[in-house]
Amino acid sequence: MDERELIARRVAKEIKDGDVVNLGIGVPTLVPNYIPKEIEVFLQSENGIMGMGPAAKKGEEDKDLINAGGGYVTIEEGGCTFDSATSFGIIRGGHVDMTVLGALQVAENGDLANWKIPGKMVPGMGGAMDLVTGAKRVIIAMSHTQKGEPKILKKCTLPLTAAGRVTDIITEMGYMKITPSGLVLKEIAPGVAVEDIRAATEAILIIPDDLKEMDL
Amino acid sequence: MRNKIISMDDAGSHVRSGMTVMIGGFLGCGGPNAIIDALLVRDIKELTVIANDTAFTEVGIGKLIVNHKIRHVICSHIGTNKETGRQFNEGETEVTLTPQGTLAGQIRAAGVGTGGFLTPTGVGTEVEKGKNKLIMNGVEYLLETPLKADVALIHAWKVDKKGNAIYRRTARNFNPLMAMAADVVICEAEHIVEVGEIDPDFVMTPSIFIDYIVDLGGQN
Repeated sequence: MDERELIARRVAKEIKDGDVVNLGIGVPTLVPNYIPKEIEVFLQSENGIMGMGPAAKKGEEDKDLINAGGGYVTIEEGGCTFDSATSFGIIRGGHVDMTVLGALQVAENGDLANWKIPGKMVPGMGGAMDLVTGAKRVIIAMSHTQKGEPKILKKCTLPLTAAGRVTDIITEMGYMKITPSGLVLKEIAPGVAVEDIRAATEAILIIPDDLKEMDL
Repeated sequence: MRNKIISMDDAGSHVRSGMTVMIGGFLGCGGPNAIIDALLVRDIKELTVIANDTAFTEVGIGKLIVNHKIRHVICSHIGTNKETGRQFNEGETEVTLTPQGTLAGQIRAAGVGTGGFLTPTGVGTEVEKGKNKLIMNGVEYLLETPLKADVALIHAWKVDKKGNAIYRRTARNFNPLMAMAADVVICEAEHIVEVGEIDPDFVMTPSIFIDYIVDLGGQN
């Protein structure tokens, strides 16, 4: 199984029946492929959709129907559209159960940096700051390191997207939870040793007695 | 009943150098892209534009950027338009990046007559710089002030001759908010219908907010 699929599969396991979920670009967009059919999930898109469906088929694109990344999408039966104030009311108001997004850096206290590299990349935060601030759970789905350098740190060095809002981190190496006592490794990916994941993580990893293999 | 329908050229004449202009749309979807084209041929410069994003170099607001019509853009995202990034980095154009929900809230605040709104978004980040902070029930908020404009340019799917408007799918986005937050509101309409053809329950923007309508004649 490739790393992206492994991460997406594990994230999908966290989704409960009836959840309202907002997915960021990249790996998070793969998550719907692994949600069991019997689970009803409401995909929210911050440009104004509840009940977003899969990408539009070639030749069936609707010029008025895009996702927040600009790709042509569909709406599921029973879905609806709304303006940006309503959309961010849904997001800030705590009506989104889970947002899944990537990161440049995450800190052990739940700080997140994913919108800016000063002097290099300044695309803007779009809806990310509101999503991370308002969603009940913030799951970071990303590769564990960037060119061998740790991305899970004691403290973020890049400008923050939000302070202390991340709840879970899922990488190809394991599933970590941010708790009041620190960053806890809950599950480890098949074939990965605790020493490997420690070496790839700058933050202090708390290893519980009941550490499990990743549930895929 | 006042005739609100004007030509594309007349629509362009309402936008003058130095004005603050709101432009609807999300990455060009639901943007007043025909009115923007009409602005390109006019001698306009130094605009302050309030919009979600600067689209793409060849789409919508992106063309205003490429043609140096804009002095300052207030938006949530410029990542899809490399030219905005270049002008920003080289100091040619001022860019104020604002969280998308905050931008929507600021525009709404201007339209609905509140003195701003309190949001937890941006607390503990560089967005809080220079802003008033308040603690309510133990939660920290930023006070975000209203954003209004001289002119709002919006796009709707179906508009009756009084100005009652319906938007389609995700082409709604910032359009109904901006319709309430500017002195002059110009709406380009894919379809113009007779008064009475739109059921009152389905109106998304009440007619009183729209000053002028430009007929796209079924085009988009």
